[in-house]
Amino acid sequence: MSTTVAGSHAHDEAHGAHAHGSFLSTYVFSLDHKVIGIQFLFSTMLWLFVGGLLALGIRWQLAWPWTEMPVIGKILFAKEGGQISPEFYTMLVTMHASVMIFFVIIPILAGAFGNYLIPLMVGADDMAFPTLNMLSYWFMWPAFALMICSFFVEGGASAAGWTSYPTLSAIPQAAPGSHTGQTLWLWGLIFVGISSMMGSVNYMTTIIQMRAPGLTMFRLPMTIWGMFITAVLQAFALPVLTAALFMQVLDRMVGTGFFIPEGLIVNGQSAGPGGGQPLLWQHLFWFYSHPAVYIMILPAMGMVSDILTTFARKPLFGYKPMVYSISGIAGLGFIVWGHHMFMSGMNPALGTTFMVSTMMIALPSAVKTFNWLGTIWGGKIEFTTPMLFALSFVCMFIIGGLSGIFMAATPVDIFIHDTYFIVAHFHYVLFAGTAMGVFGGIYFWFPKMFGRMMNEPVGKLHFFLTFIFLNGTFYPMHILGAGGFPRRLADPYHYETFKHLLAMNQFMTICAICMGFSQFLLVGNMAYSLFFGPKAGRNPWKANSLEWMAPSPPGHGNFDFQPVAYRGPYEYNFPGHDTDYYPQIEPPRPGEKQPEHH
Amino acid sequence: MGKFWSFLFLLVPVLGVGLFVWAPFNHHWLPRDVSAHGYQIDHLFNFILGLTGVVFIVTEMLLFWFLWRYDGKTNKSPVKFTHGSHNLEIVWTILPAATLLFIAIYQMNAWADVKMHKPDMLPTVEVTARQFEWRLRYPGKDGKLGTEDDLFHVNELHVPVDEMTLVKLDSADVLHDFFLPHMRIKQDAVPGTSIPVWFKPVQSGEYDLVCAELCGWGHYKMKGRLFVESRSDYERFLAELEKKQTATNVEKKAEAEE
Ligand SMILES: [Cu+2]
Ligand SMILES: [Cu+2]
Repeated sequence: MSTTVAGSHAHDEAHGAHAHGSFLSTYVFSLDHKVIGIQFLFSTMLWLFVGGLLALGIRWQLAWPWTEMPVIGKILFAKEGGQISPEFYTMLVTMHASVMIFFVIIPILAGAFGNYLIPLMVGADDMAFPTLNMLSYWFMWPAFALMICSFFVEGGASAAGWTSYPTLSAIPQAAPGSHTGQTLWLWGLIFVGISSMMGSVNYMTTIIQMRAPGLTMFRLPMTIWGMFITAVLQAFALPVLTAALFMQVLDRMVGTGFFIPEGLIVNGQSAGPGGGQPLLWQHLFWFYSHPAVYIMILPAMGMVSDILTTFARKPLFGYKPMVYSISGIAGLGFIVWGHHMFMSGMNPALGTTFMVSTMMIALPSAVKTFNWLGTIWGGKIEFTTPMLFALSFVCMFIIGGLSGIFMAATPVDIFIHDTYFIVAHFHYVLFAGTAMGVFGGIYFWFPKMFGRMMNEPVGKLHFFLTFIFLNGTFYPMHILGAGGFPRRLADPYHYETFKHLLAMNQFMTICAICMGFSQFLLVGNMAYSLFFGPKAGRNPWKANSLEWMAPSPPGHGNFDFQPVAYRGPYEYNFPGHDTDYYPQIEPPRPGEKQPEHH
Repeated sequence: MGKFWSFLFLLVPVLGVGLFVWAPFNHHWLPRDVSAHGYQIDHLFNFILGLTGVVFIVTEMLLFWFLWRYDGKTNKSPVKFTHGSHNLEIVWTILPAATLLFIAIYQMNAWADVKMHKPDMLPTVEVTARQFEWRLRYPGKDGKLGTEDDLFHVNELHVPVDEMTLVKLDSADVLHDFFLPHMRIKQDAVPGTSIPVWFKPVQSGEYDLVCAELCGWGHYKMKGRLFVESRSDYERFLAELEKKQTATNVEKKAEAEE
């Protein structure tokens, strides 16, 4: 460990040089992980707004199909008389998902929270590679620019689904969005991939190399474990996605035909010599995108574990089982991708194999849920805003986890595949789960980031409304799915089978609109607290982990002392100790029995 | 406030279970099953629903109870200082593992029935999906596809009741999906690959044929109909199709000769 200390001192001097730089080098092209984290946070929140608007467009069409959208309809769809056109609808579903996944969830977890928290929680002065870190943020901008441009090119943005299945995506004449829009989408994703890869290398190195003296791997907070496993997943899965993206670019621009079979006539035009297989894309895409599901939740699980222990004033129940389960998820996560392809025409025997591995990956999630329940059992719960969001993560993740079992069961999947059942499932995991965890994380770490507290009553109102309306929006989707209601259909009601589901959809849309408006409480609260919130002090929540020992907000180089860890981060209500928390940096009292890691 | 928040979390299992009890009695449920194999799928759906329902209720009630009981404002007993329990970890690893393994094995036959045990017969009909319609081709008198007496039709799929239908599923352009909700059948149509699909309808009637894979701007209107009818009606349909087709062929020939 002594080498680590020496190493970080050397860093200190290196950073000292640009600590008093110009505005540009301090706030724009900053090498400081905290500034980069906050840049990621604000950019992704802007995209969250865009993605949310796209979602409301989808909801509008499903509730009042082919009717004029109030207020904005006339501006957006002047040609169609203020109503959404079918091609615009396919673009909405594609871009809503692409924006939310690639511009919001992945970068807000790894980019914003990962960047901000990793060095602080491991007691380092910055990331291992600060320049690479800055680049990982700036490589998002070409992606942002390409996606924005794609809305304005001929044919509009990509409309082949966020999964971008060939041949619809690979053949330009197959859909309006498959003209230039699809090419821009592919290049955009390539940039997102480069950004994630740079982040991932940095996170792994920082967590392995730059931990404070005494901070062993098994003394790391769960947030760091979540970020670490996520970085590992990114590093192994991204190359495959990148290869697939380049192959589709080549199919479109050079005519390689990796994913296009021979002799197709699409829209009256030949699709080239072909010779490829559409299923190849699906295998490559899901080889990345299934692990990506965990990339989109493991960090949130970690954050939630930290929030739960802090406000239950109790140690985390089953620390090591928690670590083993996320590692198990990471391992199994690479052999379950075929569960997205049960209906794809893949060999059904292979489907059975993927079914078994998928059933098994539900196990670590179950273990985690039981341990969270064990954590709040017997505590002294403080119902703060971050705690409410963390509790709702647990409450909602149970729903998202259980609904997954239906789709893992291959025969049941025959009926519910590509219906609203799957839409319900992943929104319970990603919105009711991850997004609620992220909101909790914002309320929890905002005082550290900006040195001021957020308003509690407004925060609680934000939680209450979001919680009610999100369930009103997403819970009925299970029932729609049971009715066979297909996803991505601009007008399902001209099928006799789905006619009667209109009223339920209208209820859901009203809830979705209310949920959208509720988010202004978060934005307003952040904006107000940024300037007028009460000063936070170093450790407003009386927590144990290292980031709370640094000043709020931490200065350049983070700590004004050398942090040393004497125990794990979860020693709340340690028997015989005089306060109900026991920071990692506090040396043991003479004669005090120290906690063993079970 | 702790009690208020506990009750908010209690609403989740109460309303959550409530909706699932309300839905089946108010036509918001799986569409009527009219296939020979569908009962297996529905049974499995209900079985998993029961199982997950129990887990849902138990875990959500525990969550509610812990929030209610251990509210820091009212909980006077000292915090239970513990880092976990070896025995509990073993119990809640083994129990779900066994249950999941059971579900995994329990479903294998149903899957094999629908997707693996292909009936030993010639295809009843060839379905070729294309933007944005279902092209149908019946084998005609000789029972073989790809011969001169093949019969063509669009979007209206007629099949005989109580007999196995074997579909040869193709796509001409992009991915589509052959979804018969009442028949509990779903299969992607993949360009460049013919995929066999089989089912045995057990009730006559008219049902929806849905495209369930995004296939372009007109995906929503790629609607077909499935007509399940008696053997004699089915044969009458084929005969009429043949009559119409010969008539148009004769016309075309005449036109060509002129
Ligand atoms: Cu998956
Ligand atoms: Cu379609």
